[in-house]
Amino acid sequence: MTKKEKKGKKKKLSGLEKWQSERIDITQKKFRIGDYLAEKVIKGVAYLSIAIVFLIFVFVFRESFPIFNTTKPTTESKAIVKQDSQETYGAVTDNASTTQTQETYGAVSDSTEKTNVQETYGAVTDQSATIEQNALVGDSAKAINSSSDTYTVSAGSGSDDNRSALKSMATKEWVPVSANPRYGLLALILGTIKITFISLLFAAPLSILAALYVSVFANKRMKEIIKPTIELLAGFPSVVIGFFALMVLATFLQSVFHYETRLNSFVGGIAMGIAAIPIIFTITEDALTAVPKSFYEASLALGASKWQTAFFVILPAATPGIFAAILLGIGRVFGETMIALMATGNAAQMDLNPFASVRTLAATIGAEMAEVVFGDTHYNVLFLIGSLLFIFTFVINAVAEFYVKGKLMKRIQGK
Amino acid sequence: MSENKIHTENMFLYYSEKMALNNISITIPEKKVTAFIGPSGCGKSTFLRSLNRMNDLIDGVKIEGKVMIDGVNIYDKNIDVVNLRKKVGMVFQKSNPFAKSIYENIAYGPKINGVNDKSHLDEIVETALKNAAIWEEVKDRLGDSALGLSGGQQQRLCIARTLAVNPEIVLMDEPASALDPLSTAKIEELIVQLKEKYTIVIVTHNMQQAARISDNTAFFYLGELIEHDKTKKIFTNPDKKQTEDYITGRFG
Repeated sequence: MTKKEKKGKKKKLSGLEKWQSERIDITQKKFRIGDYLAEKVIKGVAYLSIAIVFLIFVFVFRESFPIFNTTKPTTESKAIVKQDSQETYGAVTDNASTTQTQETYGAVSDSTEKTNVQETYGAVTDQSATIEQNALVGDSAKAINSSSDTYTVSAGSGSDDNRSALKSMATKEWVPVSANPRYGLLALILGTIKITFISLLFAAPLSILAALYVSVFANKRMKEIIKPTIELLAGFPSVVIGFFALMVLATFLQSVFHYETRLNSFVGGIAMGIAAIPIIFTITEDALTAVPKSFYEASLALGASKWQTAFFVILPAATPGIFAAILLGIGRVFGETMIALMATGNAAQMDLNPFASVRTLAATIGAEMAEVVFGDTHYNVLFLIGSLLFIFTFVINAVAEFYVKGKLMKRIQGK
Repeated sequence: MSENKIHTENMFLYYSEKMALNNISITIPEKKVTAFIGPSGCGKSTFLRSLNRMNDLIDGVKIEGKVMIDGVNIYDKNIDVVNLRKKVGMVFQKSNPFAKSIYENIAYGPKINGVNDKSHLDEIVETALKNAAIWEEVKDRLGDSALGLSGGQQQRLCIARTLAVNPEIVLMDEPASALDPLSTAKIEELIVQLKEKYTIVIVTHNMQQAARISDNTAFFYLGELIEHDKTKKIFTNPDKKQTEDYITGRFG
């Protein structure tokens, strides 16, 4: 092109020529409104999600806070405490019929002593008891309405209640509904830990090995079948798994292992393991697949077999991901309510035997929140359990993050 | 000395339907450095990988003809591939140390082959690192992650890792292509030393490198072996015009 031609064309620049002739100006800082807004929105969303988690914790903890208030009793709580004790024993208000109500709570019914009621309450192994209890609440509500006035007069001091409730938390007896309520959390905590342990012992090896198979050994077609199938289980409602455990698994396991109590931490642990498997599997599988293919090739080129490569190279390289997977599995089991409610027996007892019935923290909230009186000590304790679950999960994650990632990783992968 | 270590006869390789290697017949002598040169996509890496059956990992690879190592066809049905790969080690283009400590990287090969004695392992690790000329640089931090080493050190570590298994043949797939001149010089020096003990086959894009370190050179073009001879002859007086054109930079 000669200069003349260029000049002649200058008036009608095509898009490309315009693009090429444009000078890039770097002297002026340009304000990009779109970028700015997008950045702010993303930042806001991130902070919001953190704030929501924090707020949930604050509100849950706030509900449990009155229990720490041991000085100022409120008249409201006085009245309610009394109502509560009434409620437990059913619609009937006279003492003579206490024995009758007792029968609905447990197997033992030959004694009229209150202590007995408390003990049997813990040993309930059947769903029907809870259901009946629910029915009773409805009936008793009317009775309470008509007679609560008379009972408030004789109500004890609320601060005393709180003090004794706080004191009783370090014990192992969970008897929230009684004339002398005790809120021992130790058995619940032990039960939760036991269940979590059993279910992880069951679920972690299964899902990690399954993931290893799918990501290293399985051919393409197998992978396409297994992966979605296991992941499908993640969307399975836990109530269905619980029902299955309650009706089928419990009977089956009992006939295999011949233990005494049909519903116990072993059954519950296995059932929760079933719920945790897809979570651990999916994340482990992703972590294993993300290990560079060059590791695989390098190991094979050194004369390692496929199995040695998978176990000694790929698995260690994916450790951080596998830990994340197990943590999420723990989280799932820890907070699992429905399965715990249905398959563990719900008896708060301190027992390391895996075949003993247990009650978990989450199941306690699930079972009792429906019939607890608003603002009552029992109510506060349930919320305290909620905060405890929150704190435990947080602590487990923190420990894993700082200890496992820091020290264990160094040992496996070098400093 | 120059016995025939590797020998192929009328070898064809197909990726699904596409022919990648066309009628390769070559003889590679023992305890020499043989370099493969040629433009990208000419099949030299593919050929290298078929010498320890790494191509088995790729779906749809089909191989015809004979690939003999020490007189045994390695594509026979009852060949133990794991042991074959022990005998024929490989160093890759991109350094690929495991996410383990330096020590564990080297000890991995002997360990999976049944060496568990700690003092014996220490000895193997030290010898391998010394053979790969990296011992002086890492001896004080054997427990550190191998991923923290520089690119050149990582590649020498990978060579050490391969040597620790005690192979007879070492295949190198452009081992210095991602390295700076200094690291490259170190690796070249290393290769020349290693040929006393091992048969080395190296793929390279760098013709000066081939000229510097190899005893024999093979020129590949479009899946065919064009010429294979003493390096000196290939670089000074090649038989084929194509080879001459490539070496003098007239194409490729």
